[in-house]
Amino acid sequence: MECMERETMRKIQSARLKKMVEYVYHNTPFYRKKMQEMGLTPDDIKSIDDIVKLPFTTKIDLRDNYPFGLCAVPMSQINRIHASSGTTGKPTVVAYTRKDLKVWTECITRCFQAYGADHNDIFQISYGYGLFTGGLGAHQGAENLGASVIPMSSGNTSKQIQLMHDFGATMLCCTPSYALFLAEAIKESGIPREDFKLKRAAFGAEPWTENMRKELEEKLGIKAYDIYGLSEVAGPGVGFECECQSGTHLNEDHYFPEIVDPKTLQPVAPGETGELVFTHLTKEGMPLLRYRTKDLTSLHYETCKCGRTLVRMDRILGRSDDMLIIRGVNVFPSQIESVILEMPQFEPHYLLTVDRVNNTDTMELKVEVRPEYYTDEINGILALKKMLTSRLQSVLGLGVDVKLVEPKSIERSTGKAKRVIDKRTL
Amino acid sequence: MVAKQLSIFLENKTGRLTEVTQVLGEAGINLSALCIAENADFGILRGVVSDPDRAYEILKANHFAVSITSVVGFSCPNTPGSLATVLTFLSEAGVFIEYMYSFANGDMANVIIRPTDLDACVKALSEKKVELLAANDLYKL
Repeated sequence: MECMERETMRKIQSARLKKMVEYVYHNTPFYRKKMQEMGLTPDDIKSIDDIVKLPFTTKIDLRDNYPFGLCAVPMSQINRIHASSGTTGKPTVVAYTRKDLKVWTECITRCFQAYGADHNDIFQISYGYGLFTGGLGAHQGAENLGASVIPMSSGNTSKQIQLMHDFGATMLCCTPSYALFLAEAIKESGIPREDFKLKRAAFGAEPWTENMRKELEEKLGIKAYDIYGLSEVAGPGVGFECECQSGTHLNEDHYFPEIVDPKTLQPVAPGETGELVFTHLTKEGMPLLRYRTKDLTSLHYETCKCGRTLVRMDRILGRSDDMLIIRGVNVFPSQIESVILEMPQFEPHYLLTVDRVNNTDTMELKVEVRPEYYTDEINGILALKKMLTSRLQSVLGLGVDVKLVEPKSIERSTGKAKRVIDKRTL
Repeated sequence: MVAKQLSIFLENKTGRLTEVTQVLGEAGINLSALCIAENADFGILRGVVSDPDRAYEILKANHFAVSITSVVGFSCPNTPGSLATVLTFLSEAGVFIEYMYSFANGDMANVIIRPTDLDACVKALSEKKVELLAANDLYKL
């Protein structure tokens, strides 16, 4: 599957899409109604190229049909229910049949294999277990691989470190922000890094940058891989990095990706940036057509050096939701993160507060100076501040009010990090 | 002579100074001298304490941004013009002072200075027979 000719892949995708459209038309009233409104019947879908005719699905549709309105099977066939993490209002619910869980598990196993993990590995799963797909998802994938699994969940950092050390964990799965926190805690624990057996890690569930990878690899002495996913599509394992780390391969035989212009909703040319959209090709429980992820990225169809033909996705530039418009300029928190990470003087944790003062947008960035870079002189510290301010100015094209704060004063997260506070009221 | 001074970076936040002094107090560490340099966002507390190495460890464990800086302590008569005399020795020797703080104690005044060049400073003061304060004496003030 992972290395087949693109032509063959297209054929499989075409056959699966035709079957899927037929399936939702008859089993999901929501899609039948939408298609009827558009004057579409399943017969109009002859190949994967016809996907552009199909209606989109948004998070709002999922909310409106809370909890099980988009299910295509009766509850008796639903085997597992997950719900979205950390958003306001009603949670976004996803339901899986036994087969859906099997497909999802296989996709995650594929990821772990691509990282070079096998049954000899000891996995520490430090994603939260529960309604969030991260914990259980990674757990299933690792068990399916035949590895030894420590179902650690997130939090309880001192225990994490103790077990990581005592059990000789070789593989870590968690959010990159929590990994940073763990790395700091390991340093503080006084246990030498050589006493840990950690070799590699799968980080995901929040966007992270190349600089963050370097930082984590260096601090933990590991090779760090991206794992991509979102609960609406399946959970972790929708995509993964191979050993070449030149993009995230997507499991497109099950989750078909497209990139569209977020404004016009028209497909963009391969390699161009836009919003990532997924269509389920094999899902039974709650299949979605053209689900808009809000993630901004681009897709590349050339064969990877690793030999896989599976389409590759660039690093997520940010959620279109995450994008801030400051004085008319688009700003992604990931840009700020990159700047901070390229300067060794600062800790990788930050808190950006956006506000509006006298009708002008303001950004205040709180960042911690690394202990070894504190100086005894006011001018020395002001120079650090100035250096960061001018670097941000040149990258963002905007002034940022940098506030240097004391060590550990920025809250560390155990799950998805909260790094931006927007106080503006429109 | 040359003594260890603690320098602590503090955000301009109510209660931070109290916390530093509490942490030191609870550890049984006495503050011999202290001053604060400040700016709009933050301040740097500089102080001489009874046990600088232990104070450093304790503050570090409590997540304070603390560092140790070398300073020179001396004493001079608490009379008009005495400090000017000593400072003249230093400027004549080309020693630049980054900052200093002092406190009078009866007939004498104690002065702590942070020169750009520690050795040159100590040399200049010794040659002019200025009464240098031994580190241990400073810690016990």
